[in-house]
Amino acid sequence: MIDLIESVFIRNSLVVAFAVIGVTIWFSYLLADKLTAGRLHGSAIAIALGLLAAYWGGTVTGGSKGVADITLLGGIGLMGGGMLRDFAIVSTAFGVHLDELKKAGLAGVVSIFAGVIVSFIVGAAVAVAFGYTDPIAITTIGAGAVTYIVGPVTGEAIGASGEIVTLSVAAGLVKSILVMIGTPLVARSIGLNNPQSAMVFGGLMGTTSGVAAGLAATDPKLVPYGAMTATFYTGVGCLLGPSVLFFAVSALF
Amino acid sequence: MIIYGVALLSTCLVIGMLIGQALGAALGIDANVGGVGIAMLLLVLASNSAKFQLLSSGASAQGIQFWSAMYIPIVVAMAAQQNVAAAASGGLLALVAGVAAVVVSFLLVPVISRIGNSGAVSEQRGEAP
Repeated sequence: MIDLIESVFIRNSLVVAFAVIGVTIWFSYLLADKLTAGRLHGSAIAIALGLLAAYWGGTVTGGSKGVADITLLGGIGLMGGGMLRDFAIVSTAFGVHLDELKKAGLAGVVSIFAGVIVSFIVGAAVAVAFGYTDPIAITTIGAGAVTYIVGPVTGEAIGASGEIVTLSVAAGLVKSILVMIGTPLVARSIGLNNPQSAMVFGGLMGTTSGVAAGLAATDPKLVPYGAMTATFYTGVGCLLGPSVLFFAVSALF
Repeated sequence: MIIYGVALLSTCLVIGMLIGQALGAALGIDANVGGVGIAMLLLVLASNSAKFQLLSSGASAQGIQFWSAMYIPIVVAMAAQQNVAAAASGGLLALVAGVAAVVVSFLLVPVISRIGNSGAVSEQRGEAP
């Protein structure tokens, strides 16, 4: 019986994922409606539930892909993986007006560089505060605060130890998760309600998954603007991390 | 035809990814630089142009709108496969570094958003006689 269920679930993994995510979203909207009277958006609850499930999946299996490491739910890995995520993000650009993009163009570009440099400085300062004096370690942890991709890319390029690279990935993951959960909560107070500030937001935060989920839970109409700038951020971070930023840290320590 | 819209969307993503990867290679880094952003620009250009009307209106548009509507479910699936356990076990340093980076970046959103606005205002002033 269990074999039978398992073989059907595994052979149809993506379809199972559609059903499971559908039920999760239905339940989340029900909770949003009944428990918070619509004050908290259903998609914010769904994302939080997803993260909770991912934590549970990670502790149960010891894997790195959250709930997708559970055999019966492997299809969630495909559904939420890079390919379909990027496909869906690009589709949100349908119906965007070129004028809106042009209006926020300069602020968007400034925000990408400001975002990478500021996150790096904050991360590096925290590393120093925790007693690190080795420029390689400081740079790698700073790069992890940029995104969890920039951290390991920088660390490997400048020869950081595996332990430091792991720390930098963890810092980047904390950032990404906090952006997912925190964005809808602070959106109003940071003026995140128009295409322009969404582009700046994407450029400053830069974590594609964080921005994608944070804006989805705030206002889906803002998603394309934030996602557009966020996708340049990791590239800029990978470019600056092992070069300019590493040289600057080496000069200081 | 719905597939026309899906094909237009797919083509934009593939071209964008190719350009992003080439850009990364040209800069000497093993990362995709803005591939998704470039793909989005291509889709915006195509859907605003008369030449691509057959691919981006009517039933074809539904092929794109379906994926756009699937965005939040896909994001929920993405959240469900994050390495939350690793983030939680990263210790105090990782927690403080991640939280501090987010808080400072949040605070900068209204500051940098003003750049474009003040720019637009001064442009208007410049144009006024």
